[in-house]
Amino acid sequence: MEEKKKNAQKAYQAYVDQVTPKHSCLKNSLYAFISGGLICATGQGLLNFFEYMGVPHDIASNYMTLLLILTSVILTGFNLTTPIAKFAGAGFLVPITGFANSVTACAIEYKKEGQVFGVGSKIFTIAGPVILYGIVTSAFFGTIFYLLLLTGWV
Amino acid sequence: MKQQRIGKRTIRFRCPPSILAWSGIVGQKEGEGPLGSCFDRVGQDAMFGEKTWEAAESAMQKEAIETALKKGNIRKEDIDCIFAGDLLGQLIATSFGLADFSIPLFGVYGACSTMGESMGLAAMAVDGGYAQKAAAVTSSHFASAEKTFRFPLDYGNQRPLSATWTVTGSGAVIIGEYHPSGQRQVRITAMTAGRIVDYGIKDSMNMGACMAPAAADTLTAYLNDTGEDAESFDKIITGDLGYIGQKILIDLMRKKNIDISLQHTDCGIEIYDKETQDTHAGGSGCGCSAVTLTSWILPRMLSGEWRRVFFMPTGALLSPISFNEGQSVPGIAHGIVLEAGV
Repeated sequence: MEEKKKNAQKAYQAYVDQVTPKHSCLKNSLYAFISGGLICATGQGLLNFFEYMGVPHDIASNYMTLLLILTSVILTGFNLTTPIAKFAGAGFLVPITGFANSVTACAIEYKKEGQVFGVGSKIFTIAGPVILYGIVTSAFFGTIFYLLLLTGWV
Repeated sequence: MKQQRIGKRTIRFRCPPSILAWSGIVGQKEGEGPLGSCFDRVGQDAMFGEKTWEAAESAMQKEAIETALKKGNIRKEDIDCIFAGDLLGQLIATSFGLADFSIPLFGVYGACSTMGESMGLAAMAVDGGYAQKAAAVTSSHFASAEKTFRFPLDYGNQRPLSATWTVTGSGAVIIGEYHPSGQRQVRITAMTAGRIVDYGIKDSMNMGACMAPAAADTLTAYLNDTGEDAESFDKIITGDLGYIGQKILIDLMRKKNIDISLQHTDCGIEIYDKETQDTHAGGSGCGCSAVTLTSWILPRMLSGEWRRVFFMPTGALLSPISFNEGQSVPGIAHGIVLEAGV
């Protein structure tokens, strides 16, 4: 009986997959490539500009990052990121612009629930996993790098 | 008592209650859709004069009941009880929207099928003699539903093509004892309560596929219980299956040798123009079937265009927790038989 039910569910899932329209992966990848590339090229342009203005590389790099974040935050505030993300997809979400958008969107949405239980505890609802696993992964690879240093491999 | 039940799941009312009055209040996007001119009021902005999405949804419910009472020239003191629900946790849109009426309240949750459930219960209360007049009201709000089930509104993400758009709207009906008036009335003659149907689909962004088997189950149960043909209905209207769910429902019924392709339509398909409004698979939410019923179906029945309609709101029974914990998305559908006549 269990077996029969499982097979019926599998058959239905296969049928649903067949009748459900999906975004074209190739088209989405192309859009993401173009728009993600554009955002990164803008970042590079800003970096070059600041360096040209005589700002040291490290500080110029921070200025560039801050400007991209600020732009994304302002666009989110005016509810302009939804149409951008609809077109750009991962091209917008993967660079720092997407990270800034996820934090701002949560801050705006949960402000009504108060500064502590609203903004405070929910601001990283979307960005939280990225921060957590980003740090865990960094620690992991950092340890490997350290061991390689100790053994003289690098 | 027993003679009101036919077959396993269907109730045929002894003296079918009338739908005395109704109303539909919607947001701007719904007002811009194909049914835009049919609604009683289209809100100028999504907040309805309130400070939060949840309070805005409550304000719509309140206005829906007030408008229905006014249109039907009924005093609120004459309403014996309200059956109401929404999509938010612990039914807060209902609690805060209906508190001021001081009318006994039954809060019901059937996800997006709540309008069918609450109308069925209200009709049972009236036909059973437990209420002379009962109201049924449900609501949904795009922003509060996104916040509850998905992401904050301003978060930029891509919606799959199978996703539906939650309707911002609230619809109310006042159901009461039938009194011949010489004028055409719409009455609830029968209902088939839905059962939970789970075909194991886990994709909460393809709710049409999750709910279509439940709709097929309820419709088949009604037809088997009564021995009627699907052709006896001018229209079979589901709640929010959308384009994908509609195709699946028609296919599932065809496998049972029942062809509903001519009579079937879906509130989620009718309420938006998918080409210009970017709503993908259609509209959804408690408000979707509620406002389409009150602003499109009931007026057409009253005008004589349709005489007999099987109105079947559909619900996907999930929560963000059940979804995260890997549970499937079961469906439910409640069928209400509407008949117009003098």
